[in-house]
Amino acid sequence: MDNRQKEIDNLKDYKYGFSTDIENTRAPKGLNENVIKFISNIKKEPEWMLDFRLKAFERFKLLKEPDWQKPKYPKIDYQDLYYYSAPKSMDDKPKSLDELDPKLLETYKKLGIPLQEQARLNGIAVDAVFDSVSVATTFREELTKHGIIFCPISEAIQKHPELVKKYLGSVIPTTDHFFATLNSAVFTDGSFAYIPEGVRCPMELSTYFRINASNTGQFERTLIIADKGSYVSYLEGCTAPMRDENQLHAANVELIALDDAEIKYSTVQNWYPGDKDGKGGIYNFVTKRGLCKGKNSKISWTQVETGSAITWKYPSCILRGDNSVGEFYSIAITNNHQKADTGTKMIHLGKNTKSKIISKGISAGFSDMTYRGLVDISAKATNSNNYTQCDSLLMGNKCGAHTVPYIKNKNSESTIAHEATTSKISEEQLHYCQQRGLSSEEAVGLIVNGFCKEVLQQLPMEFAVEAQKLVGISLEGSVG
Amino acid sequence: MLKINNLNATIDNKSILKGFSLNINPGEVHAIMGPNGSGKSTLSNILSGKKGYETSGEILFEGKDLFELETEERAHKGIFLAFQYPLEIPGVNTNIFLKTSLNAIRKARGEKELDAIEFLKLVKEKSKDLKFDEDKLNRQLNVGFSGGEKKKNEILQMSLLAPKLSILDETDSGLDIDALKIVADGVNTLRDKKNSFLIITHYQRLLDYIKPDFVHVLMNGKIVKSGGPELAIELENKGYENFN
Ligand SMILES: Nc1ncnc2c1ncn2[C@@H]1O[C@H](COP(=O)(O)OP(=O)(O)OP(=O)(O)O)[C@@H](O)[C@H]1O
Ligand SMILES: [Mg+2]
Repeated sequence: MDNRQKEIDNLKDYKYGFSTDIENTRAPKGLNENVIKFISNIKKEPEWMLDFRLKAFERFKLLKEPDWQKPKYPKIDYQDLYYYSAPKSMDDKPKSLDELDPKLLETYKKLGIPLQEQARLNGIAVDAVFDSVSVATTFREELTKHGIIFCPISEAIQKHPELVKKYLGSVIPTTDHFFATLNSAVFTDGSFAYIPEGVRCPMELSTYFRINASNTGQFERTLIIADKGSYVSYLEGCTAPMRDENQLHAANVELIALDDAEIKYSTVQNWYPGDKDGKGGIYNFVTKRGLCKGKNSKISWTQVETGSAITWKYPSCILRGDNSVGEFYSIAITNNHQKADTGTKMIHLGKNTKSKIISKGISAGFSDMTYRGLVDISAKATNSNNYTQCDSLLMGNKCGAHTVPYIKNKNSESTIAHEATTSKISEEQLHYCQQRGLSSEEAVGLIVNGFCKEVLQQLPMEFAVEAQKLVGISLEGSVG
Repeated sequence: MLKINNLNATIDNKSILKGFSLNINPGEVHAIMGPNGSGKSTLSNILSGKKGYETSGEILFEGKDLFELETEERAHKGIFLAFQYPLEIPGVNTNIFLKTSLNAIRKARGEKELDAIEFLKLVKEKSKDLKFDEDKLNRQLNVGFSGGEKKKNEILQMSLLAPKLSILDETDSGLDIDALKIVADGVNTLRDKKNSFLIITHYQRLLDYIKPDFVHVLMNGKIVKSGGPELAIELENKGYENFN
């Protein structure tokens, strides 16, 4: 097949594969103290922030890249990457959308995330992150009325240092594992949200991450704090252009829920997965961790992972407050040569803590999927329980599915229940559906959506429909 | 409507249909009887578009070469197969499946798709006619359905989709006497000058309720005898031995 045709075919499958031709400001190539200082300086960060970064970098130099995961990848040369890349027009931060580079506005419009006032999505505040900077955040005034802070983290560092100082790194310490520590040293932008005591956030908060520049790693950082008795639902979306090279995306997301607070965090991850032969695509190595710090608090992760060449992440809950609740709902789909090693960790520390894990893995083509999960009930976590359900669906016989549960229960009054199933879409089932007038794609869509229903139901309404479509598209061409 | 000329079918190097020919005109009801393993389900599978068979010969549906059409295109054109063993599809709600199927076919015919309310009204009506327990419609497709319930579900789908050619592969096997009558009612309601039926059965009893225009005996991969309803009675009395 000639290249042009291949490109067209790819675009059909991955409609976010375009790139925006824009002039960038970049940090010098490579990873060293000067680059970290460059990032801190361009972000006009206070001294303590630079210290935080440098401390993390000192630590990073001592760490070894982990290799226990199932999907292997060629060695990444960390000196051959750019750690900061942002549109030049963002050097002097535009004061309003009118001043924003029209090319950026056009990009987000094409992605279905219009930023302009007239066209904005209803009831959803969006922070738009483009490579290493947040380019716009919508509905800020409206949110301010409720005392809610929703802004780029780079701005929060300047304007709300007391909150950032207190909570940044409190769930994922700078001494954490390799990628998390790297992120602490070089993170560029991401979102910050603070919901004050007793406030129920009146709209969905969301961040849309877009990787555009080539040869650049994206290291974003998100911090969400739900103060006592507050509630917030947050959604994250991601896309990237189609490129032949693999690109690293190593984000850190920290959630903190105080007494009686609830955070619902949903992800629809659709990074470029690479082409049909497994060339290119994003390495999605992110660390997401939520701390149920207060009593009766709740953190719920929902993820729909359809993109990336390799997905490697375990959104986790530390249930420290008594009676706190952690939930993890996941749909992970791998097709062609994609690989995923994903799951969760539920760490029960407080009394009467509950966790629930519902994982649906779908593998097709030559792909490989691993569910890996840890449930750890400490000696003090009396009367706690976990329920885990892990279902795998295979399409064809060239793909793989694996389930690796780690269970530690140190409290005799607490219980852990684990159920797992593996099933396959059979030719006969497809034929039956087709006999009733459905195309094979519609049939797969129907069966797969039925399989994922419990998780799709957890998504905010506006996104459930999108996610359902995405599930269908991701598996296109995997039958017949 | 359906013309099969000299159809040969092989699977895994095993020759199953050997020079099978049959002609069904609009409005006709044909019954096929034949011993186990004689190729009845193979015939219905091939008509429905199931892959995996090596075939030669000709099948025309309304003058069109059937081999040119995908399974779903055949369904769109009005071919319906009530499966001998209806499939279970875990996770898929029966109502949603029926609605998706009906709308796919309506769309292909250029008819307006039904919204949820219109669909529910229609499916309620049809379920009532067929005494099909409506609660089942909210369960996963055929999962945990009894053998008879699965068969009734096939007939419910047939009456919803109102096909031109319905192939019933042993729909009567495993049905109680009441259910048998209901299935027959379903067929008789749809029966008119335009719609045709190909009914595969082992038992003459079904044909008491659905009077066929023709009865064929299938043996060794082809039709060895054709006749009227009396042929079914003869078979019931004497078995297949005489036809060898
Ligand atoms: N995939 C296959 N591989 C090999 N042989 C097959 C295959 N499928 C069907 N057959 C054989 O083809 C023959 C015809 O099967 P078919 O299901 O058409 O019979 P039938 O007339 O419907 O029988 P019954 O009355 O038992 O339903 C049988 O001998 C069967 O074992
Ligand atoms: Mg049969």
